[in-house]
Amino acid sequence: MTREEIFGKVRTILVDALAVDEDEVTLDSVLTKDLGAESIDFLDIVFKLEQAFGIKIPQGELFPDNVAQDPEYVKDGKVTPKGVATIKARMPHVDFSGWESNPEIGKIAELFTVQSLVSFVEAKVAAK
Amino acid sequence: MRWMWIDRIVLLEPAKRLVAIKNVSMAEEQLHDHFAAGGGEPALPVMPASLMVEGMAQTAGILVGHAEGFREKVILAKVSRAEFSEEVPPGFTIRYDARVEQMGPSGASTAGTVERVDPATGDSRVIGRIDLMFSHLDQNMSGEKFPEENFVFGEGFRTLLRQSGVATG
Repeated sequence: MTREEIFGKVRTILVDALAVDEDEVTLDSVLTKDLGAESIDFLDIVFKLEQAFGIKIPQGELFPDNVAQDPEYVKDGKVTPKGVATIKARMPHVDFSGWESNPEIGKIAELFTVQSLVSFVEAKVAAK
Repeated sequence: MRWMWIDRIVLLEPAKRLVAIKNVSMAEEQLHDHFAAGGGEPALPVMPASLMVEGMAQTAGILVGHAEGFREKVILAKVSRAEFSEEVPPGFTIRYDARVEQMGPSGASTAGTVERVDPATGDSRVIGRIDLMFSHLDQNMSGEKFPEENFVFGEGFRTLLRQSGVATG
């Protein structure tokens, strides 16, 4: 499956899950800020990706899980160097440049773009 | 007792499918306002669609809760689809047929049909489709903590399950 084909399917999923128009979904769209995704939508997206691509997505693999609650990972609203290293290792599909220099926990959701979903699915499909 | 919008569970295939029924009665308050006579029009008592969404949420919610032995607090998180084609007046039975689409540690998605059954003839027809998403409250992404007690599956649900012959564990 080409990256273009994956993007097409991901776009259909986002149109359905977030009730947005197809032309609103670009590779650079941020799921929360641009497409209005809320926390429950992330679970919806995970379910729909699993179904559409025949993959299994364990909890915490696509989107970070419980990072905010761990005092070792977050201090004064910022992700600690150890936390940054952990998330980066766990999420190779996300582009952390630009955020790393000021790693605010509140901004982490903005790292999840359509592009990061496509990269994630691409790696998952290749590993099947 | 919690506001129950289903009367009886008639079929349960654990973690797969649950069918529940509700008899719509003229004695129910909501039918007096929905819709009352006015503007030269006579009264039109029909079951509100919003309460049929709640009926399906209770049906599918029990299915999802039962799959995990009622250990999880199963909360309706999203109405993915709700379509209705016809009304249900008093004297008819509503049949909610819910199936699990996907289930994981943090929640589940379900797909369901709403049927209107005419007790006079036994005829039934599909008059709605409702797809839902449920979240397991204690597995939420923000890691927020909630009370230990399972306040979702309270006495109302337990009575319904017991009366329908479903073990609550």
